Amino acid sequence: MTPLYLKGGRVVCPATGHDAVANVLLADRVVIGIGDAPPPADAEVVECAGRVVAPGLIDCGVFRAEPKACHAGGITRIVLMPDQQPPLDDPALVAFTQAMGKPGVWVHPLVAATRGLAGHELAEIGLAREAGAVGVATGRGAIPSTAVMHRLLSYARAFDMVVVTHAEDAALTHGAVATEGDYATRLGLPAAPAFAESLAIMRDLRLAEATGARLHIRQVTTGEGLALVRAARARGVRVTAGITPAHWLLNETAQAGFRSFARLSPPLRDDGDRRAVAAGLADGTISIIASGHDPRSQEGKRLPYADAEPGMAGAETLLALALSLVREGALGLREVLGMMTAQPAALFGLPGGSLSPGSPADLMVFDEAAPWRIDGSRFAGAGNTPFDGLPVAGRVHLTIKGGEAVWRI
Amino acid sequence: MKHAPHPALAAGAHPFPHPHLLGIAGLQPWEMRFLLDEAEQWVEYNRGSQRDDHRLAGLTQINAFFENSTRTLLSFEIAGKRLGADVVNLGVSGSSVKKGETLLDTALTLGAMHPDLIVIRHGSSGAVQLIAEKLGCPVLNAGDGRHEHPTQALLDALTIRRRKGRIEGLTVAICGDILHSRVARSNFQLLGSLGARVRVVAPPTLLPANVEQLGVESFTDMDAGLKGADVVMMLRLQTERMDGAYVPSTREYFRFYGLTEARLAHAASDVLVMHPGPMNRGVEIDGSIADDLVRSAVTEQVEMGVAVRMACLDVLTRTRRGVKGWPEVPK
Repeated sequence: MTPLYLKGGRVVCPATGHDAVANVLLADRVVIGIGDAPPPADAEVVECAGRVVAPGLIDCGVFRAEPKACHAGGITRIVLMPDQQPPLDDPALVAFTQAMGKPGVWVHPLVAATRGLAGHELAEIGLAREAGAVGVATGRGAIPSTAVMHRLLSYARAFDMVVVTHAEDAALTHGAVATEGDYATRLGLPAAPAFAESLAIMRDLRLAEATGARLHIRQVTTGEGLALVRAARARGVRVTAGITPAHWLLNETAQAGFRSFARLSPPLRDDGDRRAVAAGLADGTISIIASGHDPRSQEGKRLPYADAEPGMAGAETLLALALSLVREGALGLREVLGMMTAQPAALFGLPGGSLSPGSPADLMVFDEAAPWRIDGSRFAGAGNTPFDGLPVAGRVHLTIKGGEAVWRI
Repeated sequence: MKHAPHPALAAGAHPFPHPHLLGIAGLQPWEMRFLLDEAEQWVEYNRGSQRDDHRLAGLTQINAFFENSTRTLLSFEIAGKRLGADVVNLGVSGSSVKKGETLLDTALTLGAMHPDLIVIRHGSSGAVQLIAEKLGCPVLNAGDGRHEHPTQALLDALTIRRRKGRIEGLTVAICGDILHSRVARSNFQLLGSLGARVRVVAPPTLLPANVEQLGVESFTDMDAGLKGADVVMMLRLQTERMDGAYVPSTREYFRFYGLTEARLAHAASDVLVMHPGPMNRGVEIDGSIADDLVRSAVTEQVEMGVAVRMACLDVLTRTRRGVKGWPEVPK
């Protein structure tokens, strides 16, 4: 394999703290080093001046592995949700899934917490860990039974596996497709109160505290929920919070005209909660940004709002939307990239997410300022994005996975 | 039957620049009044014996009802036929929706048959708008989920205006299952825009969140909500909501939220009682009040329904029929 020499880019590595113009040499599928040494004679030199060279993104909690969409978005590893068909509730399924994205994208599956994700019996999470599961997840919904959740967290503790939860009280949100408030009332949509999230978080935090388990709440979308996470952290509960761009960039009014692309789970919130999420990102309460990539077919989305499937395609827009935090001055580039590289790698114990010598040669090269317009119809995968038509900045020019260029424009 | 051109039309403005009627939201107050004014002529016309105005002759009207309905469907069918349209009804049992066809495929199929107007009822909020976006003909919303039921609100307003001589300044109390009611949502906007003070009265479990933001005053005590009301509009309580899910029982509901003589005494002495039907006598309304010809406008509402729907069918097809002064409306 030809060594790659990335010349003269701004090399940003949140894991090591590196942020300076430098050259990066990749060979034998690993990072050889960062510095000012000249390129070896046999290396391919890639001019990166004016661009940012960073670890490939690790996208936590996606619902479908779409290598093309991932590469276009600079994503080299994904943590896959167990909501597959069939659900990943068996070690054999976990092992199979783990191999399916190679070599282009490495898939790190989360094992279903319960058999068939039904919320009743625990799945073989220990065996699944041996088969390659990097954590346990409750899937698209919360586990309704407090008793089952309690057992799950105590059991997962023995294997020190992170339990990834969906924070919505199952009974309160049953049948709901929007957040309760005058906007949902106007549209006549079945709605659940925003505190359905804090209720679920309160329960799970208390259980995590009692059992000592590691909890990752995949999306915390309300100010109340974030306050609970902050307080729990302060008293030593092992909890992390994640988010997808929709919940800090959009509020409930994106549902105007019954646009089913804005049907998400949890549903979009009012603007007070949206601003609370932005503040939670800025103060570090939320430490992980993910795409929540959930491509849906036309059949699933071209339905009346309440009947449409929830979820958005997000892999291709993750970086550009996350960079809006840098432009707004809420966070630095290194911090934002860290929430999509070093932090998820640390949470799930993954290789990658770093440019230290010997790390896997998973990188991306992007132009921080390059403007483009989000156009769902031009996505490599499904185009169900609520951001359709939005002008953004930040374009991936090169995605490298295991030392090989898998995306180049 | 000829009618004088609307003053706004004569002045060169477009009195109703909408391709569809999807809801009351998005209509201007003068557009609402325009539809009510248009409906007036059909009230007299329907009462007369000479019904020879077949202005919709040769036009095909499809009533696509994806949710069960008897009276609204009948009302739209009669309205279309009175004006000479060829009316075709598509009921839920006869539809291929039951055979797994998606709603949009059904819509495209209907569209391919070149109807001149489609009247749609669907159980899901926003469904009618979704279909309208895919169709090249005027679409009339006959009720979508909990969202809107514009012709019901228009017929209610017409009934009130004819009985009371005005809408502005009246206090209208809408009572019952507000949470699941599209009739209530359309009425808030229509009656509110035309200057009425709208109150809602319901047990807290049947009140939508932040309903006050929609410009109404909310009450959980019925006597207080009825105090001084000029119009009391009762809503039907669906049987499936009664047994413990939203209210504990029918008898408890009637005890606290049923319209009885004693309760009605709190309202204005010349109160008008309305109900969109079908009524549950003894659940939300006492039978004797419903039958009171002076106070109850229940049958009149049905009559106004046909007139209002004739006006809507007429107005929505004017561009298509090449009526003078009706330009293409922006989509």
